[in-house]
Amino acid sequence: MRLLTHNMLSSNIKGVANGFPLRIEVEKVVEKQVELSADFLRNLFPKIEWKALVDAARTMGYAELAEEVDSSMLDSNEFLNKFHHALLELHLEEGALVCPETGRRFPVNKGIPNMLLHEDEV
Amino acid sequence: MKLKQLEGLLGDLQQFSNPKAENSFGDVSNKVVADLGCGCGTLGAAAALLGAEQVIGIDIDSHSLEIASLNAEDLELDINFIQSDIKNLGWRGQIVDTVVMNPPFGTQKKGADMDFLFVALKIASQAVYSLHKTSTRDHIKRVALRAFNASSAEVLCELRFDVPQLYKFHKKKEVDIAVDLWRFVPKDNQGKERKDI
Repeated sequence: MRLLTHNMLSSNIKGVANGFPLRIEVEKVVEKQVELSADFLRNLFPKIEWKALVDAARTMGYAELAEEVDSSMLDSNEFLNKFHHALLELHLEEGALVCPETGRRFPVNKGIPNMLLHEDEV
Repeated sequence: MKLKQLEGLLGDLQQFSNPKAENSFGDVSNKVVADLGCGCGTLGAAAALLGAEQVIGIDIDSHSLEIASLNAEDLELDINFIQSDIKNLGWRGQIVDTVVMNPPFGTQKKGADMDFLFVALKIASQAVYSLHKTSTRDHIKRVALRAFNASSAEVLCELRFDVPQLYKFHKKKEVDIAVDLWRFVPKDNQGKERKDI
């Protein structure tokens, strides 16, 4: 599971007011190199919840993202490389996503988060 | 990629999708594409082959997702998967540009395809491609425009589906049904209407 996916997923358990961001429990992280597309990252940047990405990357062992950012940084190759790496190259292979309000764990196996709810959570 | 090659790679693609239409709207190439109810991953794989930058396949069934992962691996495609019930999907933001989907037609559970359409129009920022039974065309259009936040709903083409007898609730051996391929545009994004007009 990429942090791009983490940036979109939220806990949808009945009664939870703010299920985002899900906390990450790490068992295994893998890195897979993919080609960087600067245009793609520039388009995506305004839609990313930045703090959630910074915290998630740190949990996954990557602490290179600045906390304070603005769109002018998208001209910097160094920034784009770090953004790209955190968002698209780090994968949570095994572990869990945890609801920030209830502590309910959603397991991640073979890189696929299982967000299925129990009957009493719908 | 030539369309002929694409058809060769994905035997069933032609009846599911219309790559020419998707290309002409600019909804897939270099975009984030989500395949809701991806099953074995055919539409998501098609999107990846057509140049989507990131593809996310979502399905309720772990066995389908396993097959979808293997299919993606075979085609050397890099696809993200999530296991979730579409109608309970917990989602934030508008990162997804385009949704492509072949939802359950709701023959067994009435309105199942409308649950999918509702979610699709919520998460897509640019366009939703979806298949629905031709017999429900007026209903789909009305609900999409009035209740589901679509600014446009357009049938791109009509297809015929051979539905083999797959499930116990399928009473006949094989049924041939008429299906519409739709393109919906979510309302917040009128600035991104089709480019070829």
